[in-house]
Amino acid sequence: MKQTCLYDKHVALGALMSPFAGFDMPIQYTNITDEHQAVRTACGVFDVSHMGEVTVRGVDAERYVQHIFTNDVKDAPKGKIFYGMMCYEDGGTVDDLLVYKMGDGDFFLVINAANIDKDWAWMQEQAKGFNIDLQNRSNDYGQLAVQGPEAEQVVEQVLGLACKELEFYTVKTIGDVIVSRTGYTGEDGFEIYAGPNYINECWDKLIQSGRCKPCGLGCRDTLRFEVGLPLYGDELSQDISPIMAGLGIFVKLDKEEFVGKEALLKQKTEGVAKKLVGIELQDKAIPRHGYSVLNADGETVGEVTTGYHTISSDKSVCMALVDSSYAKLGTPLQVQIRKKVFAGEVVKKRFYDKHYKK
Amino acid sequence: MATVKEGLYYSESHEYVKVEGNIGYIGITDYAQHALGNVVYVDLPDVDDEVTAGEEFGAVESVKAASDIISPVSGTILEVNEALDDEPELLNKDPWENWIIKVELSDKGELDSLMDAKAYEAFCENA
Repeated sequence: MKQTCLYDKHVALGALMSPFAGFDMPIQYTNITDEHQAVRTACGVFDVSHMGEVTVRGVDAERYVQHIFTNDVKDAPKGKIFYGMMCYEDGGTVDDLLVYKMGDGDFFLVINAANIDKDWAWMQEQAKGFNIDLQNRSNDYGQLAVQGPEAEQVVEQVLGLACKELEFYTVKTIGDVIVSRTGYTGEDGFEIYAGPNYINECWDKLIQSGRCKPCGLGCRDTLRFEVGLPLYGDELSQDISPIMAGLGIFVKLDKEEFVGKEALLKQKTEGVAKKLVGIELQDKAIPRHGYSVLNADGETVGEVTTGYHTISSDKSVCMALVDSSYAKLGTPLQVQIRKKVFAGEVVKKRFYDKHYKK
Repeated sequence: MATVKEGLYYSESHEYVKVEGNIGYIGITDYAQHALGNVVYVDLPDVDDEVTAGEEFGAVESVKAASDIISPVSGTILEVNEALDDEPELLNKDPWENWIIKVELSDKGELDSLMDAKAYEAFCENA
């Protein structure tokens, strides 16, 4: 199993380690609830060095990114960041990713750890006929996510990285270090990409400062879930298109061309068979990934993608992929949890409001 | 460090039975609650349900995951610890005091196949 450049630090802190996407990753250091609350109320740091990085450079770089990416990066200013997906011809999702415009003909793509090999193969295949230098830099970069309402002060004062002026979804480089105002928690925050030595240095400073709690992947999932952010493998997959997942605003169908455009356009205009919804249960029982969703008559009409008893709002809620006829807000639905069936209804997929600095 | 209580019977899936005559109090061990982390929900069975040794009768859920509770013995449920409905975290605070179900044992011979405190302590150390 692979390890990130901070593996020894996690073990020394007594983290509960568990396999994720081929890496031995910290799930929690103390407990998920405390770490979750630290990010909501103050500041937390995550080792997300498992994430993949791909660079696209050259005269055709923009045209290539436009070809593989659902969002529109054409003529974007330097430093702008886009969220979107790479899709197959049939509209299914290869991966969701961030595209950083580092400069003209220079893009930095951040992909999911679990998908690095698959994405890399697909991206190389799509690169035929483009004059670009495509590089998989996943092993070269470590990554930290510093997240929470105090993240700006912590990054400025503890790490000495000037980030105050960075707007939401923009990036800058400080020497070899890449700093962006992004994250996966619904809070303000920054992501820092650099080589292993610098990442270790930052981690030590952050932990020693006492102003930033080490946070594991456990609360990374509860945080992103509460604000309705998708996780590839749960809410997006080869079988779940961005249109089905309700992420149509990141699919620019007025763009000239991109892989999957025709299929996604068809889904958008003709409708999709299944849609991602939020469900809130009346009971405290917890819906989990894979549990069946039933209609009022007890017929199976979908499946839970992620569910929790939320930490910030104390409710049992889930995201679920259901037949589109049951996707309307307020529709009564039930979830089968072990031997029992629990009543609930369709609600918005956002269970907690985001607090971005925009 | 997880505590183990003398005089109880233990299963390999980290449940205990405290026996008083024909009555058994079934709960999860301190080791189990440590491993689970914050308990946020307990799926309780109903009074009069039958439980069977080696079969699940409910579940304990942490933030992250659900774990089945396996009955170490067979019998009929006489009482369910309803307090866990409102305060599932009682299992973290004191798993020994907060048993989950009270059962009328149908076969006390089953206790012979469970571990005593000493054996369970050794089992946890090797886990």
